[in-house]
Amino acid sequence: MKEYLELYAAFFRIGGLTFGGGLAMLPMLRYELEEKKQWVTEDELLDYYAIGQCTPGIIAVNVATFVGYKKKGLPGGIVATLGMVSPSLLIISVIAVFLEQIMQYPAVGHAIEGIKVVVCALLLQTVLTMAKKNLSDLIGILTALAAFMLAVFSPVPTVCIVLLAGAAGVCFYLWERRKGA
Amino acid sequence: MIFLQLFIEFFQVGLFAIGGGPATIPFLMELADRRGWYTRADVANMLAVSESTPGPIGINMATYAGYHAAGLAGGLVATLSLVLPSIIVVILVARVLKSFAENPYVNAVFGGIRPAVTGLIAAAVLGLMQTAMFTDENGAWRFPIVSVALCAAFFAAMQIGKLRRLHPVFWLIAGAFLGVVLKL
Repeated sequence: MKEYLELYAAFFRIGGLTFGGGLAMLPMLRYELEEKKQWVTEDELLDYYAIGQCTPGIIAVNVATFVGYKKKGLPGGIVATLGMVSPSLLIISVIAVFLEQIMQYPAVGHAIEGIKVVVCALLLQTVLTMAKKNLSDLIGILTALAAFMLAVFSPVPTVCIVLLAGAAGVCFYLWERRKGA
Repeated sequence: MIFLQLFIEFFQVGLFAIGGGPATIPFLMELADRRGWYTRADVANMLAVSESTPGPIGINMATYAGYHAAGLAGGLVATLSLVLPSIIVVILVARVLKSFAENPYVNAVFGGIRPAVTGLIAAAVLGLMQTAMFTDENGAWRFPIVSVALCAAFFAAMQIGKLRRLHPVFWLIAGAFLGVVLKL
């Protein structure tokens, strides 16, 4: 029981003290899990991160599940994940309840507008970073372009575009292998 | 039954949003159109709040979207539904960690999905900017010159060597401050 509480508390701290999620969370994960608790090694953490990025879902949650699972099996994975999402649930619920009211203050409205401008810039930056990382060859560029066009100009659901892209990836791999053989 | 709908929708988001928090944005924009639980303009507000509060952005967004759909219980259901696929998939993968990461078919699938997700996020970001910046409360076109210039300036600043490594929180604080000063 004590170990579950420890898991929950550690991930509650990580979720409650890091802004930005994803990669921004790595230093905090390293500090809590590697230096303080010594639950994982540096290599393990980076492995979890790499695989957390290419498994579905929120990266931070995937890493939490990996670490919890390693410590205490399935219940550990669940407890760690709940610890990670608890601060978000609390904080966002409180904000959601009161946002309408506090938005009445002009200063808050102006601040939110300013934050939105930064969010737009940050998102453009995210797209740029992802493009640099993922669009390394012609096939990648064409895939991204096709997905972009489908998303903007067609009613094809996002889920189907993701599935199509995965299937296209396999077809391309088989084709390359055949060409190579 | 709203909670069942929330569960189904956010389970799907959790299962197909590959690449973390930003990958949920295309799905949340689509949900705004399809389900009408919140508007596209709400998504912009949700992102502003989610980026400036602690916690993974995708989780914050799910809690917020669920709250819009069905109050506090809605936020809880949406968030738990979002993380459930992660738990299932990661537990399955954790048993075969190394062979999963090295499997050529797995790599082929994600090799196809990663660039597509980049395109999807680019489309969602443009849609979001259109809503957040270029549309007024009545849905009419507008061009807020100060906000656009500021956004361009922030984006340019983020390209500068030393500033690139700055934590997003600093940009958000600067944005909030300038928003108040310039009365955006």
